[in-house]
Amino acid sequence: MLEASNLACVRGGRRLFTKVNFSLPAGTFLQLTGPNGSGKTSLLRIICGLLPPEEGEIRWDGANIHSLAEDYFTSLTYIGHRNGIKEELTSLENLRISSGVAGQEISEETARTALEKMGLKGREDLPARFLSEGQRRRSALARLLTSDTRLWVLDEVLTSLDSVAAKLIGGLLEKHLNEGGIAIVATHQELKITAGSFQRLELA
Amino acid sequence: MFRWIVWRDLTLAWRKRADVLSTLFFFVMVVSLFPLGIGPEMQLLSSIAPGVVWVAALLASMLSLNRLFANDYTDGTLEQMLLTAQPLYLVVLGKILAQWLVSEVPLVLIAPLLGLQFGLEPNTLLILSVSLLIGTPVLSLLGSIGAALTLGLRGSGVLIALLILPLYVPVLIFGAGAVDASIHGMSPLPHLYLLGAISVLSLVFAPWATATALRISLE
Repeated sequence: MLEASNLACVRGGRRLFTKVNFSLPAGTFLQLTGPNGSGKTSLLRIICGLLPPEEGEIRWDGANIHSLAEDYFTSLTYIGHRNGIKEELTSLENLRISSGVAGQEISEETARTALEKMGLKGREDLPARFLSEGQRRRSALARLLTSDTRLWVLDEVLTSLDSVAAKLIGGLLEKHLNEGGIAIVATHQELKITAGSFQRLELA
Repeated sequence: MFRWIVWRDLTLAWRKRADVLSTLFFFVMVVSLFPLGIGPEMQLLSSIAPGVVWVAALLASMLSLNRLFANDYTDGTLEQMLLTAQPLYLVVLGKILAQWLVSEVPLVLIAPLLGLQFGLEPNTLLILSVSLLIGTPVLSLLGSIGAALTLGLRGSGVLIALLILPLYVPVLIFGAGAVDASIHGMSPLPHLYLLGAISVLSLVFAPWATATALRISLE
């Protein structure tokens, strides 16, 4: 259960949003929409605890996320609009290292299977700088296949993905929701999610 | 988690060997310019050797500290590291350890060779290396605070130097002091003990300060 009460955010002296409230029980999908610069990324970063809110608080299972600190991060997977992959490392290394750093070690076998499902078969051992933008995105999103966290926070998840990959991500999200997970996704494109309960938050 | 961070940074350093080597060559060049510029006055050379080698080590570590967090910040991997299930202290410590192994240990190893140009005795060369071995962790540890504070700022290279070089002064004094004592036939141990104390103290406090600075820089 993730709850936000009375969130406000100020960036660069400008008030982006105030009084944002939501309550997401298990199995809920929250789609975040709004024009460019409306504070979608800032809100996601607040939800992750990377950015302290100007006002209000976020509670995870009833406790403030800043008092939970590392305990909260064990339940969280965040994929920002920057992919968070190193150009010099291969997709395989990127996936294994980002999982390992997040505290969820995976075997090489698991990593290879995940990358294959993401349509990167034969590219696993290629340094990421040789991949296209969409392939890098796929490589970053492969984390979703291997992580067993309850809360997914995804920023502009469909950017530079083709329709096949978009459908794949849709399927992953549905599976996650069916297993009682929570997903918060900022996106301009419409994601067709049939599983779980759906909420929309529009930032003006 | 800790070993993943260390392994990751070592792999990255290996893939970008040129960056690491440039730091080492910078150190070698700066130290070697002094005997060439001053000429073969062994008396003078051996008396300035401790200071020259130590100052060159400080400057060389400035070069590598720029890169400690900057690349990870740009590609978003640093953001991911802030969301790990373990204290940020350990993440920072892992990165510092990797940086020290890659950028500072080579300086420790090559320093005796450079000391020969200054006509230092074998005994003194050993003290030079030992003082660097004890002192260079402080350079990485304190330097990481500067690297974290200046993250994402323009001209951060110069800013790190202005912030951190003053903090390096005690290390310089005791590090060079140990070698100097050895040249004059005195015991270098008091200096080395003090250097060790500074090293332990910064091991305890610096990663914590760096972690706090990172959280602020990434807001």
